[in-house]
This record gives sequence, C-alpha cells and structure tokens, in this order.
Amino acid sequence: MADSAKNNVEHDVEHDVTHDTKHGVARYVLRTTAVAYLFFLLVLPVGLIVWRTFGDGLGPFLEALTSPSALHAFRVTLVVALWAVVLNTVFGVGAALLLVRHDFPGKRLLGAFIDLPMAVSPVVVGLALILLYGRFSPVGGLLESWGLQVIFSTPGMVLATVFVALPLVVRSVVPVLEELGDEQEQAAHTLGASRLQTFLRITLPGIRSALAYGVVLCLARSLGEYGAVAVVSGRLVDQTQTLTLFVEERFQNFDQPAAFAASTALALLAVVTLLLTRLLRPKD
Amino acid sequence: MAIEVRDVNKSFGTTPVLRDVSVDVASGSLTALLGPSGGGKSTLLRVIAGLEHPDTGTVRISGVDATRLAPQRRNVGFVFQHYAAFKHMTVFRNVAFGLEIRKRPKDEIRRRVMELLELVHLEQMAGRYPSQLSGGQRQRMALARALAVEPQVLLLDEPFGALDAQVRKELRTWLRRLHDEVHVTTVFVTHDQEEAIEVADTVVVLADGAVEQVGSPSDVYDNPANPFVMRFLGPVTEIGGSLVRPHDIEISAEPRPGSGEATVTRIVRLGFEVRVELLVGDREAWAQVTRGTAERLGLAPGDIVNVRPSPGARSLALTGA
Repeated sequence: MADSAKNNVEHDVEHDVTHDTKHGVARYVLRTTAVAYLFFLLVLPVGLIVWRTFGDGLGPFLEALTSPSALHAFRVTLVVALWAVVLNTVFGVGAALLLVRHDFPGKRLLGAFIDLPMAVSPVVVGLALILLYGRFSPVGGLLESWGLQVIFSTPGMVLATVFVALPLVVRSVVPVLEELGDEQEQAAHTLGASRLQTFLRITLPGIRSALAYGVVLCLARSLGEYGAVAVVSGRLVDQTQTLTLFVEERFQNFDQPAAFAASTALALLAVVTLLLTRLLRPKD
Repeated sequence: MAIEVRDVNKSFGTTPVLRDVSVDVASGSLTALLGPSGGGKSTLLRVIAGLEHPDTGTVRISGVDATRLAPQRRNVGFVFQHYAAFKHMTVFRNVAFGLEIRKRPKDEIRRRVMELLELVHLEQMAGRYPSQLSGGQRQRMALARALAVEPQVLLLDEPFGALDAQVRKELRTWLRRLHDEVHVTTVFVTHDQEEAIEVADTVVVLADGAVEQVGSPSDVYDNPANPFVMRFLGPVTEIGGSLVRPHDIEISAEPRPGSGEATVTRIVRLGFEVRVELLVGDREAWAQVTRGTAERLGLAPGDIVNVRPSPGARSLALTGA
C-alpha cells in the first residue's frame, strides 16, 4: 500500500511539473516530508541496528547468533511459527470456504470474529489464554492432568501466535474465492468429481497464489510476534524463548551485540518474506 | 423415457420457483426448456443435474430414481452459460477431466479427448488455455468436456446466451447437427423462442415456475395452449377480441366476410416485409404483409381498409381482455 501511494505521489509530481509549477512546489515539499518521515522512522533506526551489528565485522555477528541460547531461540521461533502457519492455513481455507460457499445462521458473526484478532491487543490475548489454559483454571488443570502443559510451554505459544495471525489467510483467500465463483466446482461435480477431488483439482489451484500470499503474511506475523507470546511463554530462557523474546532479554542484560545480531536476523527474515509477498501478491 | 420429472416443487426462501412441474424427456430427443427469465427453467435444469434439490417431487434418469443422488453420481453432462472452463488447465486437460476422475488408462483418455476435440473442431487448440479461446470456442470445449464422460443426458443452461448474435446462430445450427451425429438425450434452456423452434424437436414452455405447454415447435407455435404461450412464441396482435399472428391478417380494399374496417396509421418497410400499423375502432393493431401486397393495395397512412384474420389461421379468443 505504501508503495502504491508513493507511486501516485511520483506520478502526480510529473503531471504537475509539466502543467502547474505552483502545485509542483507543494508536491515537492510533500515528497521531502514523506521521505524524511520514513527516514527518521524506519531507515535510520533499522540502519543503525545493522550498522551496530556489523560494526565489528561479521565474526561477532555469527558468534552472537550461534550461541546456544540464540540457536535455541531460533528453533523455538521456527517450531512455533510453523505450527501456527499450518494451523492457520488449514483453518483459514476452511473458514474462507465456509464464509463464501455456504449460508448459515451466524455467518456475519463468524466473519466479525475472524477479524477480531486485528483489533485486540496481543497482550490481552496472552492474558486471556492464561486465564483459560493456566494451571489453576479448570480447562488448564484438566489438560495438565493429561500431561499437556499449555501455558509456559510450546502449545500456549502456538495458540497465541495462531490467534494473532488468524485473519491473514482467511482475508487473503476470501476475495479470490468470491471472484472464482462456484461454477467450475459445479462443473467438476457433474463430471464425477467428489468434494475432495473438486477441492484439490479445481478450488485449490484457483486460489493458489492468494493462499500463498496469505501464508507468507501469516509466517511473517508469526515470526515477529512478541506481546502475546511474551505473556504466555513465561520467558523462560533456553526453554520458551523465541527470537523476539531473546532480543528483548539480551538487551535488558546489556548484551547488546547479541540483541543487535538477533534483531538483524529478524529484519532479514522480514525482508525475505516481504520480497516473497511481492512475488506472490495476487495480480491486480 | 430418459428423464421423468414428477410433481417437482422448489422454493428459494418464500419465493416459489417451480410449482408442480412434471416433464418427460424422450430418449435421444433434443428438448428446449423455453420461457421468460425468472420462469424457473434454469432451476429445473439444475434440479435434473442434482445441483439443486427439489423440496418435493422426484427425478428419474434412465428409469433410476435420482432425486437424492449427488450430481457426480448422475452421469449427466452439464454446460453452463458462462462456460465454467477450468482456467488453470489446457483445453486437453479440461476435456480429459471427467475421464481422469474415472481413472481411465492414459492412452484411452488421449484417444477419446482428441476424438472429441475433432468433433467440436478444436483439435488445433488442445494445448491452449481457456483464456486464449473465443467465447464460442470455450463453449465448444465445455461441450466436449461434458460429452467426454458419455453422459446419459446432456444438459445445457442458456449455452449460447453469452455469445454475440453471429456466433450464436452458427452454434445453434452446429448443435443441431452435432445432436444428429451423437444422439445423446439433450435438454437445453433458452429464453429465445427462435432458438428453441430452430434447434429443438420438443419445446417445453415454462412460466412462473409452471409448465404452460409441451409440444413440437410447430405445435406450440401454431396451436398455443393459451395467450401467454402465443405471445411468447412469436409476434401477436389483437383484432376483434382475438389474438392473431400479424402475418395472418388479410388487408383488402373491399369488405369481405368476417372483415372489419380499420384506419392505416403508419407504414414501415423492413426489407421484404411491410409492417402496417392500424387503428381498429379505438384499438391499435398491426399486420405484416409482403411488399407486393402493400404495393398492390397502394397503402398510405389515413386509408380506410378492411381487415380480417385469414381463413384457417389460428387465433385465440381473449376473454375479459
């Protein structure tokens, strides 16, 4: 979105310079402001982190990232993010199909619920999960008696991440599914395809790029999640510490090289996923 | 009978779409479901295909009760108005779809698909994607795809509705010829009476969710069961309290048995035919005559002439009109 806004500004600048120089000046000021704003907000801080990370060369960077705690944090982040992506993909496609292809009472309510995680603060999500699945709640206690610890453990962190990234796949897939219509699916049925065959051979290829876009968005959100995970994980070093928690904890303990190195790693991951979304974004 | 529809009722919400519909479709026939839009003809076709479920009533296909059968078990071919082409598959894969689902051997699929593509004149297009085809080609591909599974009945929902007039006419003739070649029982939906009369050998007229008349094209045109059918199947005009086809009106200078006086209000020449607009008493009417007749009578606006339905022409008395 930022990109298209920028393109519009540039386009208008060209247009106005040739036709109206007075407005051209205003546009120029606007553009400078926008660039300065982004520079101080985004480029400078991130640039500083990268500069501080590589200030003493590549050696300390690699060293900081290959410490046992950092490697463990990488692993936890990856495990949590992958689970969250898988669950959200399955749920997301299912919910999108439900919302687009079926009519049932409470459909609008479901649609609203799916958007809820966008509005609720991740910290609130974390607290709510503790309230329901904590050791001293009925549900959490029951699960614990079956040997499944949710809070201060991976399941809880997966739940928290699933929650905050919930709408991304659904909202990517729904418009494409609507545009696709159901005639191709009906045609497949009349040609003898079962529901599953129709889904695999017709629906899935039809929503492929939108789904991939949603999955990558979901992955990016999952890798970067901090608030909800911070609450439910208990921030146990070398146990439930994700990469974002690792950054925060190292920084608090004056281990700035490790904090900066992990930050840079997170930023690089973000850039990669951003590039992926650019590649996968549904045309038009 | 290839298809027997019995007492089918169907409502969308509180709106009835089909009301006690019973239709028989003979094996090997080419039947048109004709009616105004919103008349329930597409819904009836979808009920036969299993894409909609009737609220009450039964559908039998080839003698088997199919009312509760899922569409994939009915062995029907369905062609949609907007083609429903599988956009991510080539023409070949589109046509092969039903056979691949049925797990037929590869070489058999290849042979059958190429045969069908030849039948619909698309053998050069096998490797293309639907987006690279014209509307008419897409619809022919959809037809080949439906025929590939050797359906017991072929159902076409306004198959030419999205095409331009020229292609429409070509495909109509082509469909008729194809049916003479393939002989599969075919039902198609149309709101175009000319299309129904030209292509079908049986016409089922549907309006407001009910069957108005069933018969051969000439039957429904010449012996309409009611004013609605008569109006829907061709132009009509009203003289002497009856509905008459405008080409069945005789104009003469002298009074003749059964004729009445009328005033010519306007004359429109449309190529070989002439449309004569008349005032009979205080009612407007019109007659369709040949150019020769118009010239022989020397018709001009303001003339007083005598008009009557030609003897032997079918007219329908309008009661209470």
